[in-house]
This record gives sequence, C-alpha cells and structure tokens, in this order.
Amino acid sequence: MSVLLVLPIALPLLAAAVAIIAYNQRTVQRIIAVGALIAVVIDAAFLLVAVERDGVQSIQVGAWAAPIGITLVVDMFSALMLIISMVTVLSVLIYAIGQPGVDQDQPVFHPVYLVMTAGVALSFTTGDLFNLFVAYEITLAASYVLITLGGRREQIRSGMTYIIINLLASTLFVVGIAWVYAATGTVNMADLAVKIAQLPAGTQTALSMFLLVVFGIKAAIFPLFFWLPDSYPTARMPVTAVFAGLLTKVGVYSIIRTQTLLFPQHVPSTILLVCAGLTMVIGVLGAIAQNDMKRILSFHIVSQIGYMILGLGLFSVAGVAGTVFFIFHQIPVKTALFLATGLVEESTGSTALSKVGGMIRRTPLVAGLFLLAALSLAGIPPFSGFVGKLGIIQAGFSAGEYAIVGVSLLVSLLTLFSMIKIWNGVFLGTAEDPTLRLAASTGETRLSTPVLMRGATVALVGVTLAVALFAGPIFDLSERAAQSLLDPSDYIEKVLG
Amino acid sequence: MTQRRSVILDLCVQAEFHTLLLLSLYLLFAGHNQPGGGFAGGLVASCAFGLRFVAGGGQALSRSISIPPTTFLGVGMLFAILTGCVSLLSGHEFLESAILSVDLMVIGKVKTSSVLFFDIGVYLVVLGMSLLVLEQLGEADGSDPDEVQP
Repeated sequence: MSVLLVLPIALPLLAAAVAIIAYNQRTVQRIIAVGALIAVVIDAAFLLVAVERDGVQSIQVGAWAAPIGITLVVDMFSALMLIISMVTVLSVLIYAIGQPGVDQDQPVFHPVYLVMTAGVALSFTTGDLFNLFVAYEITLAASYVLITLGGRREQIRSGMTYIIINLLASTLFVVGIAWVYAATGTVNMADLAVKIAQLPAGTQTALSMFLLVVFGIKAAIFPLFFWLPDSYPTARMPVTAVFAGLLTKVGVYSIIRTQTLLFPQHVPSTILLVCAGLTMVIGVLGAIAQNDMKRILSFHIVSQIGYMILGLGLFSVAGVAGTVFFIFHQIPVKTALFLATGLVEESTGSTALSKVGGMIRRTPLVAGLFLLAALSLAGIPPFSGFVGKLGIIQAGFSAGEYAIVGVSLLVSLLTLFSMIKIWNGVFLGTAEDPTLRLAASTGETRLSTPVLMRGATVALVGVTLAVALFAGPIFDLSERAAQSLLDPSDYIEKVLG
Repeated sequence: MTQRRSVILDLCVQAEFHTLLLLSLYLLFAGHNQPGGGFAGGLVASCAFGLRFVAGGGQALSRSISIPPTTFLGVGMLFAILTGCVSLLSGHEFLESAILSVDLMVIGKVKTSSVLFFDIGVYLVVLGMSLLVLEQLGEADGSDPDEVQP
C-alpha cells in the first residue's frame, strides 16, 4: 500500500534523474518521461480505488511516527486531484513532444517538467504543512525554468514578475508556518487540526487569514491575481497550458485543505464569498477587454477560480462537493483550451483575434476541439462545466446566498460571450491583418499541425467529455470528498493512528 | 584576450585542491553523527573546483574534471531516491534508515547508516549544481590562460 503513495513523487524524480543523465539523447528522455507519467497515472487510478474502498490512506515517511515525521496522506479529494492532474500532465507532455522547438533544443525540458510533476503530486499528497511548502518550492523552482525556457525578451521580463511574486508568497508562507509552529508546536496537519482548535479564537482567525492570503496569491484570487495574466501567456504553449490547468489549482487545493482541516470556518463565509464574487467578475471583465486568445483564456483562469472559492465559502457538503467537481472538470478543460489555442498558433503563427480568421474552414478539427472545451468552460449543458456550476449554484440557493448566485450566473453569461468572441474572431470570419502569412495564402487552404499535438488535444478533450459522461459517479465521489473534508475525523485518525 | 595567471595563487590552489576534496569526503562520511554531511561536503568540494576556476578559468576546470556536471546532478538524484526505494522494496517505509555494519579487512569493522547513501546523493547534486554554474560563467571567455603568448 505504501508503494502507491510514494510512486507519484518518487517515479517522476527518478525519471528526471535518468533524463538529466541522458542530457543530449532526446529519444531516451522522451521514452522515460512518457513511461514514468503513464505509470504514475496508473498508480493514481489504483490509489483512487483504494481510497474509495478503504477510506483515507496514509504512510509515515522514514517510519517516523506521525506528529514528528513527514506524513503522506491521500483522502478522496487528494485522490481525485491527483488522477486528473496526472492525466493532464501526461497529455501536455505528449503535446510538447509533438510541438517543434519545445523539447528538441532544450535538453532540460524533460527533467524539469518531471520535477514539476513530482512537486504537484507531493502538494496533493503531503499531510505536513512544512512539507507542503517544500512541495511548492519544488514546483515553483521547476516552473521558473519552464516559464523562461527559450529566453525570449518578454519571457524574461514577465518571468521576473512571476518569480518575484512567488518568492514573496513563499516568504510569507514560511512566516505563516513559523507562526503556526510557534502557536502549536507542530506542523503535521492532522495534529494541527486537533491543536489549533484549542488556541484562542483571535489567534486562529489571524493564522487562517494569513494562510488564506499566502495561498490566495498562488491561486490568483482577487485582489492578488494581477501577476497571472501578465506572465502565463509568454511561455511556450505546453508550459502555459500545464500552468493554467494545474498550478493555480494547487493553490486552491491548499486553500480548501487549510480552511477545512486546520481552520474550519475561521475565515468568515462573507469574506470568501465577496472574494469569490470579485474574482469571478474582475476576471471575466478582464477577459472581455482582451484581443488575444492566450490573454483572454488567462483572465478566465482567474474568473473560474472564483467559482471554486464560492463553493468553499458556503461551507456546506453540497457547496464543497460542487467545488471539488468543478476543479476536477476545470483542470482538463482549461488545459485543453490552451492546447487548442496552441494548435491555432502553431498553424498560423499568431493568436491575436485580429490576425487570425476563418480557421473553421482550414482546421475543422481544431475548431471542433476548441468549441467542445469552450462550451464546457462556459457551463453549457450537457458538458462537464454545467454539472459543476449547477452543483455550486444549487448549494448557493439552499444556503440562501442569492446575491452571489446571481453574480455567478451573470459571469457564466459573460464567459460564454467571450468564448463567442474568440469563436467569431478566430474560427469564423477572416483575418483583418493581411501581413500575416496565413492571410497571404488563399482562404480555403487546409492547415496542418503535428499529429502528436493534435492527438494529445483530442485525448484531453476526450477526458473532459468523459467527465461529463460520468458526471454522476464523479459527483458522488466529490460528495464523499466533501464529507471527509468537512468532517476530518477519519483523516485525523488514520494519520495519528 | 589573455590575462596573465598568478603563479602563487595557481600553485597554492594546486597544493590544496586534493586536500580540500579529502576534507569534503571526510565531512560527507562524518556527517551522520558529527557536523558535516552531504550538503556541507558538497559545498567544500564545490569550493575546491571554484578555486580551480578562479585560478585558471574554465579551461582549468574542464581539465580537472571531465564528467559533465549534469551527470553529477542525475547520479546524485538517483542515489537519493533509490535509497528511499530500496528501503521500500525491502518491506520497510520509504526512506527508512538502517544501520549497516561492514567488515573491511584492513580498517576493521565500520558501522554506518543507510542515510549515507542519501548523503552521497546530496553531495553529488550540490557539486553538480556548482559545477554547472561555474561552467556557465566560464563560457563567456573561451581563452586558455595556459596558452603562451609570444
């Protein structure tokens, strides 16, 4: 059993080690990276089955007993996050192998990508607050390399913003951990859940607000989101896609974990709901103001984070279940949208709405893929986004929070509007800027992209459709995840024994 | 652009280079119970190569070590993670440590912890990283200070 929990972290790191030894043998690197990630996906599936059958799984690394040593622990929420993120990471890796100029002339791409995967897996499986910080640092150190890979001018400039803001957030995180440790004498999360409850109410609120700010920066919640739309779009497309799909969600995961396990309802619900509403509205308004696919989608990352915080802010099983399902749907959908955008960029050389046009005739496949993912993002039935939003909105109605429900419905409409804007600009119509090489060719030419890139995008869109198809069972699992988040007695018992 | 090398610095570095490497190995092995360890040992070894670099530039560095730094990094990571995996495969927890005692004929009975292998990994990663930094810094000036200018 302990092998299952260790593999998602150990395998990518092992593969990274081998990949960096095989520095200039790209084929070896590719085989190792893909092989390791396939194994991790299978492992995550076994973990999900084990958690579904036997409840929370945990191991003590180095056999040091719980409050002292580092605990790896997987509950239903972690298991769901782990499997969907590993499937996404695998698809993006295959896409990156297919795209010319991503890994070919970058010997460090595969090792760094694998290290980032290990960091993400560790964030989802660790049961120790300080180890969560370590996981963040592993992920971030790798992401600093990935976001500046290629070293173009604007990449370095916005990479600096990204690095500085994340270093700042990491510093605050360590300070927060120090305060938590000073107040309780432990950093094991299960142990903290017991000990924080005994602290004075004021201390609890202060600690929980502080950690909310730290993870709020990582998750790009209003008003701490400003760095994201600036830095993400400059990286290579597979990198942007995997960041968009995963990294902010790791922040949201940490918010949910800390605000349910460590500080149950210590941040007033109103604060979370107001933050959620503003994140949704500002994000979507920012998206509407943009004229480039990548930038529009980057603002939508922010906007969608609002829904996740909304479900959490309700602090009910239905609300948190909606959030868990929503994140589960959002990771592949967001990534798939960026991958489809990457296909447009690869075949035309641009993602600006004014420069690209009429893609539906030239690459009907890409248009179809984008349409499916975009409708899902906007929450149109019967796609997966609809199920997630429906869950959150129903929970909002039963909690009597009509104002925020109204806001979220409005934001859905605006999301649909900006998706239609991309659709009209890029897939219908014609290019307005005749200087582009695309426009120089006749309007009816079919454009082609490498088969691996298309294959990976098709696979990921297939995953999002599968999420919609199996929405019932997945929503049941999300409900169980929510129950165990709001009543963590099983979690605490399994860790502390 | 060829700068003249400082003969005194050069000779001193050559004299202490191997001593520093020995010291780094001592720190590596002593680290389990005494001050030292893989990280400290790796830093001292990095200093030894750093001095080589200061005295003779990138050329002297590449002459004193022919294995690419990335190999150090990779092998170090392999050591560290495989230490954890070996304990896992032998039926214990991931990264669980054990006391090893080996009878080396001349030296006698040596007792050490399996953590040593993890430390060796850390040592190699630190060294590899430093060498990589030195290599990148050393790339800018491709001239060889040893070349005699007429």
